[in-house]
Amino acid sequence: MSASYAIGIDLGTTHCALAYIDLDLSEGESLAHHTLDIPQVVSPGEVEDKSLLPSFVYLPHPDELSAGAGALPWNPTPAAIVGTLARRLGGKTPGRCVSSAKSWLSHSGVDRTGAILPVDAPDDTRRISPVEASTQYLKHLREAWEHKHPDAPLAEQRVVLTVPASFDPSAREFTLEAARAAGFGEPVLLEEPQAALYAWIANTFGSDEGWRDQLKLGDVLLVVDVGGGTVDFSVISVGEKDGGLWLERVAVGEHILLGGDNMDLALAHTVKAALEATGKTIDDWQLRGLVHGCRDAKEQLLAGESTSVPLVVPSRGSKLIGGSLRAELTLEQVTRVVLEGFFPKVPVDAAPATTPRSALTALGLPYARDAAVTRHLAAFLRRQSGALESEEGTFLWPTAVLFNGGVLKAKAISERLLDTIGAWLSADGAPPARVLGGADLDRAVARGAGYYAYARMTDGVRIRGGLAHAYYVGVESSAPAVPGLEPPIQALCVAPFGLEEGDLAELPPQELGLVVGEPVRFRFFTSSVRRDDRPGQMLSRWSEDELSELGQIEATLPTEGRAPSEVVPVRLRARVTELGVFRLEAVPRDGGHVWNVELDARQ
Amino acid sequence: MSAAHPSFFARIGLAFRVLFSGEAAARVVSRPALPAPAPERAPTPVPPPPVVERAPSDAALQLLAMFQREGRFVDFLEEDVSAYSDGDIGAAARKVHEGCRKALREHIELEPVHTQEEGESVTVEAGFDPSEIRLTGNVSGEAPFKGELAHRGWKVVRCELPKLSNDHDVHILAPAEVELA
Repeated sequence: MSASYAIGIDLGTTHCALAYIDLDLSEGESLAHHTLDIPQVVSPGEVEDKSLLPSFVYLPHPDELSAGAGALPWNPTPAAIVGTLARRLGGKTPGRCVSSAKSWLSHSGVDRTGAILPVDAPDDTRRISPVEASTQYLKHLREAWEHKHPDAPLAEQRVVLTVPASFDPSAREFTLEAARAAGFGEPVLLEEPQAALYAWIANTFGSDEGWRDQLKLGDVLLVVDVGGGTVDFSVISVGEKDGGLWLERVAVGEHILLGGDNMDLALAHTVKAALEATGKTIDDWQLRGLVHGCRDAKEQLLAGESTSVPLVVPSRGSKLIGGSLRAELTLEQVTRVVLEGFFPKVPVDAAPATTPRSALTALGLPYARDAAVTRHLAAFLRRQSGALESEEGTFLWPTAVLFNGGVLKAKAISERLLDTIGAWLSADGAPPARVLGGADLDRAVARGAGYYAYARMTDGVRIRGGLAHAYYVGVESSAPAVPGLEPPIQALCVAPFGLEEGDLAELPPQELGLVVGEPVRFRFFTSSVRRDDRPGQMLSRWSEDELSELGQIEATLPTEGRAPSEVVPVRLRARVTELGVFRLEAVPRDGGHVWNVELDARQ
Repeated sequence: MSAAHPSFFARIGLAFRVLFSGEAAARVVSRPALPAPAPERAPTPVPPPPVVERAPSDAALQLLAMFQREGRFVDFLEEDVSAYSDGDIGAAARKVHEGCRKALREHIELEPVHTQEEGESVTVEAGFDPSEIRLTGNVSGEAPFKGELAHRGWKVVRCELPKLSNDHDVHILAPAEVELA
């Protein structure tokens, strides 16, 4: 059966969304584009359609809820609760609620298939893995889809799933693993900032000013995506090919765990401190209420609606008036905490405080140590100053900016970012950047992914990309061992920058000896700046900026046809599948069978 | 007013029915004050009179539970407000307003019945729907009626409440909460 729909899914840190294009009713740039209303339990026993599915899983105690409390139209007794009710219950019982599974999925310091969430669950509580939590969200989306489209099973549609541009190969692989387990078949992955640009492009279809009128040859587009939990940057250049505009993603930023949730929490703590200074106490439940209140108040204040918004923190008991605490959030506080704390006007040579990546054993999310988005952005643009051949400045000069993510709906924040970028450009003698407007910052990623699914099958607009990193395997050098010193390590390039979908990297000449039947581990490195290294290149020294270490990788040669503990010389070859998935393979000297190398090895 | 009384033949028919049907007799007895309709022609079937039924309570309780959940509405109504200052009540009302309004707007789409501004003079044409427009004050004369719009009215153009599972007890507006240490 052929597909009837092109489907885009935004698997977000805090929310998921699904958008789809009806293929029968769409042609060329005329699209029948919709967003799925997702049935979900909103309160025990009550099911409602909502356009977003909160990315929360709640694992109830067997006695906690009555039998039909979690019933869905397609399943009377689901094992876990997903969506609005999960978030609501988690507000009062955090130890049974899994949130931010996506951030855990990209945390190479933990076992992502191990049952570790919720981290602070009571001892007798079932825990699930980050992969399983993601599977739950995706399964809910699939079942919601199939409930509303019983004739169009999801696995038979063209499905695109988005991931942060900064996701490393293992995080992408785990996302696919979750999708397979959720019954998706083999979806295609797309980077979120690219999805945001696709959404912007598709939005201009049929308007007086199409995207081809708004973009011009030589444009350098900076996509800034500030979501609930992550900050993601990408740069897309506009070139020309065969007389048409040619879009190419030339750089992506580091993985930064920082987002709107951090801002609301920071505001809530500010208000809490003010309340405590007057002798009042606030419990955890009230603090969570305060976080909610601060989110709404922040939006009002940043929209310029007033200079102060009263906040009421209700008590938990049934005495509403008697037990409530009154506070207020002022424009001055929001400006100080959010604008100056998260978006300070810094010079372009500002460096973010860095978290060393070595803290791999700590069981907690590696949140960004520096909360300033602008400092991370400055570092990104500086590091990518060589991304374009024509570039002359001290950093990569954007000519246009596309904003995405709920946080940037606040005009004061997007203007602050734009002002800061403008100041950097003018200090460097570059022309100012313009904003690409008109995007729906909440749904853009799902919509853009839907368009990409459609474009892949209809010869629509495509952004070219390929790998945004080069990859290296750590090889111990053959220097004589010195007691007490780790043997020096060299980095062997296995995958070059820009390797495209469907491409095989060249085989590096170096051979590694693998012992049959025994897992062998390698350290794995990546670089977002070394654009010219070819497979086979050996680096014996590099600066901390150039290479960063990912989790270990592991190769196991099966014993078939070989003697156990035989040493087989192999070469490592990278490729990117047609679906955009990075693979590393062990190729034995004698040709023969090729083995996959595990991109995430656990001790 | 002869027209108000049953005709001779109709009365004969009535008498027979009363004689032979206990049920019809009961009906006649139970409505002594109502003048019987006076069909001059052959009796036509009388449409069943509107029955005042018990309003179904499930959706109402569901809405009340939603207002309690989002805006602590029941807590607010059930609290004794006499002991508190206007400032305290106002602060709580803000919370109630914010939450209930959000819940209301998510589930029920409202629009004014009358599109003109309140205070403007309006004309009510003949054949208007009395359930949509209520005439008040010096109600006399014939349509078109001229007057001042005192209240625009509200009507629901869309109402979507969450679906309920079969065994959901709508009488529990908010469960008691027991926090385990």
